[in-house]
Amino acid sequence: MRSLKTLRAPLASLAILLVIGTLTNHGFLKITWQDGHLQGALIDVLNHAAPLILVSLGMMAVIAIRGIDISVGAVVAISAAVAATLISQADAAAGPAALCMAIGGALAVSALCGVWNGLLVVKVGMQPIVATLILMIAGRGIAQLITSGQIITIYYAPYAVIGNGYLLGIPVALLIALAVTLALQLALNRTALGLFIRAIGLNPAAAHIAGIRARGISLCLYTLCGLAAGVAGLIISSNVKSADGNNAGQLLELDAILAVALGGTSLNGGRFTVAGTVLGALIIQTLTTVIYASGLPPQVNLAFKAVLVFAALLLQSTGARDLLRRLLVRPRSQA
Amino acid sequence: MAAGNTADTPRTLRWRIDARLMPLAITACLFFALVAAGSMLYQNFLAPQVFLNLLVDNAFLCIVAVGMTFVILTGGIDLSVGAIVALNTMISASLVQKHGVSPFAAIPLVLAVGAAFGLLHGVLIQYLRLQPFIVTLAGMFLARGLAFLIGTESIAVDHPVYQELASARIPLGFGSLSIGAAVACVVVAGGIWLAHATPFGRTVYAVGGDEAAARLMGLRVDRTVVGVYLLSGFCSALAGVVMTLYMLSGYSLHGSGLELDAIAAVVIGGTLLRGGIGYVSGTFVGVMILGIIQTLISFDGTLSSWWTKIVAGALLLAFCLLQRFLEVRSPAR
Repeated sequence: MRSLKTLRAPLASLAILLVIGTLTNHGFLKITWQDGHLQGALIDVLNHAAPLILVSLGMMAVIAIRGIDISVGAVVAISAAVAATLISQADAAAGPAALCMAIGGALAVSALCGVWNGLLVVKVGMQPIVATLILMIAGRGIAQLITSGQIITIYYAPYAVIGNGYLLGIPVALLIALAVTLALQLALNRTALGLFIRAIGLNPAAAHIAGIRARGISLCLYTLCGLAAGVAGLIISSNVKSADGNNAGQLLELDAILAVALGGTSLNGGRFTVAGTVLGALIIQTLTTVIYASGLPPQVNLAFKAVLVFAALLLQSTGARDLLRRLLVRPRSQA
Repeated sequence: MAAGNTADTPRTLRWRIDARLMPLAITACLFFALVAAGSMLYQNFLAPQVFLNLLVDNAFLCIVAVGMTFVILTGGIDLSVGAIVALNTMISASLVQKHGVSPFAAIPLVLAVGAAFGLLHGVLIQYLRLQPFIVTLAGMFLARGLAFLIGTESIAVDHPVYQELASARIPLGFGSLSIGAAVACVVVAGGIWLAHATPFGRTVYAVGGDEAAARLMGLRVDRTVVGVYLLSGFCSALAGVVMTLYMLSGYSLHGSGLELDAIAAVVIGGTLLRGGIGYVSGTFVGVMILGIIQTLISFDGTLSSWWTKIVAGALLLAFCLLQRFLEVRSPAR
């Protein structure tokens, strides 16, 4: 029950967006079964939201322990670049082995990026935003280095299944996102891990005194964040059948932070919600799709997002709430 | 910095002064090392105009970075600078080219827009206690979104006043500077003056050192922090004007990634991202280092442009590690 209460705001925003979507496009909510799989605008939204959901979940995990990872966009680009390079090298005779190599290589490299961030934060003791800023700046350069500055096109057809394929009529990307969401939900709400993370986020010193291995857990969460970005990179590159070191995952870190904040996770750490984060990512993707469908220039999206961020921030801020209370209470006391 | 250290022995006192100046000294050495390397590898590298061009080509980065230095000195961050630059090139280009507004009206207007953005950030951060990172991120979305609303295409500027200002060169005997570079020099000088010779500057350092202590000392903390974001917004707007002159166009994608370059320049210049320690002059050297890396890469001709990003990231890492090392060694904290 309590979890439903915290999800009220994101659920309401999503509902409003869906209503606007239906008003601008009457077939918005219609889902049909075509050529052996589900089809419709809503399925498109879910399918395109998959990378953002994954990245946002990773971001939520590090924000919950008072961290942040602004390098996820760069990690997406690196992962896509590694996968595309590995698979195009083995292009002619590319078989299942090459596919596994490419996916495994990309995931290993992105996990390594996460470990790097985690080590800088945990071992060196840098502020998370500074530590991940380094990879954010250098990462795009590294991605371009891997692809030699080219946009690599992937011709190997089975690779496209990750981002475009269907399993039992449901998009594969959506299934991946769903699986990760369920796994995280179980790990964070049904095991002690979630409790540990809340403890670290609420008060790192107290958590340490209570005997929680804060450093180890933090390192694991940064690795998880890198890995999630890596999977998102695979989905994105598979969806567009190419890897662009410069533009893949551009501004994704900002969308992910926005999704986390919209979902009701406290940006000060300690409070997080897996379901809320997924809702936040869906809100952003629905907004994007609605704007595309309404015929406004797609870049206007940014201005709407800014308004959303400001609204979410003001709702979360105790300072704003105090100010509002003072403004509302004062006239009553005078009367 | 930390209160209650008046009884330090001279030895630790000397170490602390060293610790503050060390990053700046290393930055300066690095700059001269890069210059030496360049002069040994390439002919004509030591020509005076090469160095003046560093200023000409990085004038807008320099101006933005000075504003960013003050923000970071208070322990904050401003991610909206690149977007405000883009918005301002777009506003001035569309006003002057499409609506026939005089440049002398457009330029003050865009400066006011930048300052208004900064004021909004400052108020949200200081009075509503929101995180600077998130607030200025939203400001970045807003500014870029507004720039796209004005137009998604690049607008070329061919108004005679802009043409005149853009082609004007200030002769220095051994070379020449553009108007933008001259503005950047004035901003750096003004920044140094503001940081070290005014009550505002001293309050900025005090807030960055310890906000609660600064408040207890009776300093105007809230007003100063809002002022710092306002200054950064104004600097971004000024950089937008300089960029309009440099590019002779308005485009909503101008200055993308500029905030990262500015933060990198500030950190390489020896300013602590935690706030309280740093110098505007260091930031200037940081900008010059980023510029000279680009120059070296373009002189070389075989290295690709993405090496700039990798080298900038590596430098950032090196300086952050150095700062951590100095912090651990320093007894003050």
